[in-house]
Amino acid sequence: MSSGSSQLQDIADRVIAQAARGEQVEAYVARGVETDIRIYEGEVEHFVSAQSEGIGIRVIKDGRTGFAYAGTLDESAIASVLAQARDNVAFGTPDEWAGLAEPDGVAVVPQELWNEALAAYPTADKIALAKELERLTAASDPRVRVDDANYSDGAGETAVATTTGIRVNGRENACYVSVSTLADDGDETQTGFGFSVGRSPHEFDLAKAAREAADRATRLLGAIKPPSKRVTVVLDPYVTAQFLGVISSALNGENVIKGRSLFANRVGESVASPLFTLIDDPTNPKAYTATDIDGEGLAARRNSLIEAGVLQGFVHSSYSARRAGTVSTGNSVRGGFKGTPGVGCLAMQLKPGARTQAELVADVEDGVLIQMVQGLHSGVNPISGDFSTGASGLLISKGQLGAPVREFTIASTLQRMLHDIVEVGGDVDWLPSMAAGVSLVIADVTMSGA
Amino acid sequence: MRKGGDFAEVYAEDKSSTSAGLDDGRVEQVSSGRDRGAGIRVVVGETTGFAYTADLSEAGLRAAAEAASAVASQGGAGTRVVSLTRSPAHVVNRIEIYPDTVGKAAKVSLLQRVDEAARSMGGAIGQVSAGYADSRKRIIVANSDGLLAEDEQVRHILRISVVANGDAGMQTGFESLGHTIGFELFDQHDVEELARTAARQAITKLRARPAPSGAIPVVIKAGSGGVLFHEACGHGLEADLVSKGASVYRGKVGELVASPLVTLVDDGTMAGEWGAIGIDDEGHPSQHNVLIQDGVLTDYMWDHLRARKEGHAHSGNGRRQSYMHLPMVRMTNTYVLNGTENAEDIIRDTPYGVYVAKLGGGSVNTASGDFVFGMTEAYLIENGELTDPLREGNLIGNGPQVLRDIDALANDFAMGNPGTCGKDGQGVPVGDGQPTLRVKSMTIGGTAA
Repeated sequence: MSSGSSQLQDIADRVIAQAARGEQVEAYVARGVETDIRIYEGEVEHFVSAQSEGIGIRVIKDGRTGFAYAGTLDESAIASVLAQARDNVAFGTPDEWAGLAEPDGVAVVPQELWNEALAAYPTADKIALAKELERLTAASDPRVRVDDANYSDGAGETAVATTTGIRVNGRENACYVSVSTLADDGDETQTGFGFSVGRSPHEFDLAKAAREAADRATRLLGAIKPPSKRVTVVLDPYVTAQFLGVISSALNGENVIKGRSLFANRVGESVASPLFTLIDDPTNPKAYTATDIDGEGLAARRNSLIEAGVLQGFVHSSYSARRAGTVSTGNSVRGGFKGTPGVGCLAMQLKPGARTQAELVADVEDGVLIQMVQGLHSGVNPISGDFSTGASGLLISKGQLGAPVREFTIASTLQRMLHDIVEVGGDVDWLPSMAAGVSLVIADVTMSGA
Repeated sequence: MRKGGDFAEVYAEDKSSTSAGLDDGRVEQVSSGRDRGAGIRVVVGETTGFAYTADLSEAGLRAAAEAASAVASQGGAGTRVVSLTRSPAHVVNRIEIYPDTVGKAAKVSLLQRVDEAARSMGGAIGQVSAGYADSRKRIIVANSDGLLAEDEQVRHILRISVVANGDAGMQTGFESLGHTIGFELFDQHDVEELARTAARQAITKLRARPAPSGAIPVVIKAGSGGVLFHEACGHGLEADLVSKGASVYRGKVGELVASPLVTLVDDGTMAGEWGAIGIDDEGHPSQHNVLIQDGVLTDYMWDHLRARKEGHAHSGNGRRQSYMHLPMVRMTNTYVLNGTENAEDIIRDTPYGVYVAKLGGGSVNTASGDFVFGMTEAYLIENGELTDPLREGNLIGNGPQVLRDIDALANDFAMGNPGTCGKDGQGVPVGDGQPTLRVKSMTIGGTAA
């Protein structure tokens, strides 16, 4: 986040200058604009153009923390936010580890997060892109209808200042197109989606987005409910990325110290197959969530989490690190000015293997290629490790892809699944999510269907 | 409306909120928030232009209106003067104690009471976290049809999560209490008992065995399975999805779509419930809408644009997350009316199956009807009796099929926990409820043979 706004930094600086003796104060100031265009049947269905701004202020005194925010940068509102945050301090429980981050000397790895070509891109061309995506998708298969085609972009600038010496600001922008599809065959309707993301619209691959959206919907037409049995599953890169998102909760240092991680006290032990090597590396510019600083303003960095199946450590913010007797790994995350920072992985990547998905499938005797999952938020408990999710995909028999299947679940436990990993594919896909995707083969999973 | 347009609307909101979190035995922080702004919508033909701003000065609103109308009206400019008629207040929720009249210490002490009560359940309790939140939101909506309506929405919610430690690992329990009433909520309910319930849930699950795998009968406890109807058919009855042909229920009004036992209602007027509102976010009064009567589909839910386009009456279902969002068709409180059987009899008549005492979240694909939801507390039914607790898992089904497969409905109606319904990236508060019921076959996503 380079060359940010001095105006926002001035606001943050002015707030922390008002800190009283014995007070730590942090001001986080943000401003953003967004455009959201939806096309339906060749016409603009809606066009959203919006701007927002706000400030969040944290005050820590005698180990107690108070916080307040407002969705405005109005001078009088900011004064009231600081007063509210101060007032809230009195109601916290003293916590000897409470405190803001302090500069730790780790050098920032600069990222190119701002793209002038996007900032200058004309509105008419954005509309044209979404219309073109709708046209390409509808033309790709006679069974496919387009539910909607969308163009979205956003640009934001932020500034952070603390009385402990953090002072950073920056700006970033990004854009994406997406399309939702419906495919009909008689009474049956199935759905699909496709997308393309970029720092600028020039990076979009509309043809690929259209093809995937049509394919996702049509491949499920005529799908059957499979029988219930134990199988080997091959997770599509898109599904693996979501699986890694679930694992990230157990690698969160705050969850570890608060007794909510199934990996607690297991550093140095084998928690996964030797084929499983996992890093969190937001400094890799290929990652969709690449960033140069974390939510507290410390440098983002590369962290090894699991090496050849052996747990290496956890991700930390300055607070969780202080409690755990270690140092921040630059993994403070914050969702904007309305909240205080927490802990989280930033850009996970599984070390890829060498083979293609087709080669992985060819080795599976009896299994399913899982192309989509539904209900990861409801059927997976990252604390107990119970894992159960709705799924759809293609049956695999003797190394050959077979009939499409839907309305079934796959279930195991996270602990077992990590040990039951048979192979990691070589097909890394830098998806627009917190984890990169790659095909993943897991044995002995229960499929529940008819 | 300087630039004309078929329809124009201003939605303004002013919301103050307080939240407090306790975790690991400490009140980690108290937070205060203020969100204030306006969303302006201009519709020309099939195109909607929308802009929002936190700047409520005349200049700020004018700039947003210009932005909203710029894209919508590429045609001729024109001025239409609209005279606004203030709608009579439609008061659904009665508030006794406003959140801003209660000291923060009282709010924080709720969390400490909850923490203590959960930990009193024994040494297996490893961790407790609790969250308190209140909000007071005032909205005002005016549109070019001359509508001018206001509402005030006050919400209080308390959430409790508990982790229990056993020989075979950790298990979790969760309870929540949320209503659209004032702080009197906490005088009317026993929050300590709620905490003990969450703790018992976690402790009971320590001896849970893996859930079955495959299609078997499922009995769902009263007040725990409204989310089933929310997912299995509620979303599919939203007129925006229906009109785009993205619902399995399109063209089915007047047809039998569920077991004749089922009468399904969406009711924004159910006072105090989590989805209760005086007016929707387009200014129309909330209503009691019957969606399915004795198994027959009677109507969909509507927002302003869809109702206007199809000449249908408003149903009070046009909702949005905040001034930063466009309204769309959303549920309020969605529930199934009582049947006639005794809940105990339904269990006794089930030789083998799963009894779900608590459901977690869910999701649905409205076009195919396939849905999932998580069971967070469940027991095996063997020979008509509840036996072992089961580990967590998803249930999966197809909406139209499950509605037809409901073969028993009890007379013990209860509302469920407060929920947040997500659609197209927006979350709105919703309620749900149902009596104990049985679905003759659903797929349980467990691991046991």
